[in-house]
Amino acid sequence: MLQLLTDPWPWYIAGPAIGLMVPLLLFVLNKSFGVSSSLKHLCAMCSVSNARFFKYDWKKETWNLIFVFGVFLGAGLVAEYVPSGSLVGISDATAERLSGMGITDFTGLMPEQIFSFSHILSPATLICVVLGGFFVGFGTRYAGGCTSGHAIMGLSQFSLGSLVAVIGFFIGGLFVSWIVLPSILSLL
Amino acid sequence: MKHIYALLLGVLFGGILVKAEVVSWFRIQEMFWFQSFHMYGVIGSAIAVGALSIWLMKRFGTKSLSGELINPSPKPLQIKANLFGGIIFGLGWALTGACPGPLYALVGSGYGIMLVAILSAMLGVFAYGHLKDKLPH
Repeated sequence: MLQLLTDPWPWYIAGPAIGLMVPLLLFVLNKSFGVSSSLKHLCAMCSVSNARFFKYDWKKETWNLIFVFGVFLGAGLVAEYVPSGSLVGISDATAERLSGMGITDFTGLMPEQIFSFSHILSPATLICVVLGGFFVGFGTRYAGGCTSGHAIMGLSQFSLGSLVAVIGFFIGGLFVSWIVLPSILSLL
Repeated sequence: MKHIYALLLGVLFGGILVKAEVVSWFRIQEMFWFQSFHMYGVIGSAIAVGALSIWLMKRFGTKSLSGELINPSPKPLQIKANLFGGIIFGLGWALTGACPGPLYALVGSGYGIMLVAILSAMLGVFAYGHLKDKLPH
């Protein structure tokens, strides 16, 4: 039992646990599962824009901002109090391919060579963090949802728009991982 | 009270995201390279549980805690926006190794650099808000 808490979860535990967020949010708050709209509420809250898109009562969506603050907190609690291995259980093939592209440090959830403040001005970090982050915000709002809102909540309702969006996610992701990433990592 | 529930559900979700390793950049590359079933298993079984529970709640006319009938409205179909926006988000997903939920979870896990990604994402939302009327939907 304790092992289940400390080991990384296999997909057949992790996936259903994530799926249960759908009925939990519906039952407890009567809200649809979704995370990316929080970025819009943050923008609206800062009220730096006059665009019509940000003129709405974001206070009615406070639950969503509190929810994502909880996500931050929950991840922090796990990082602080749940002991875990230092390596993510990726396949040998992935580790080999990344090694071949110049990734040397596989500890933690992300490669420190790219994702750390000490490399903030290096080209690979600017592309992955700054440009990547911009695409996440722009793309999720344009598509009307992210992995939780479209892939999980949307596909759970057999929504055609969500299926189109998820196909889009993979077109973009496959393009970066197969074609762009080798060039980015060559900048390391 | 609702706010406390929202916080608790968020904490639960954040913890699950980390334990599932879906917040890992390594896992995202592995997924797009089709080198493991992990991410597909996670997303697929999450959808199965989500779909089954929505069907059951509708079937039995379940009411939420506040007494409203649970009947989530599906997102509207906007093929061009869904596709083009989806592709742009996909680029960002593979670059950052994170979708919005994991962005918050990674900051919590100690990757402060992802705060920069969140600020960039807000800038992206800001840009979309201004360009919306000029984009195909």
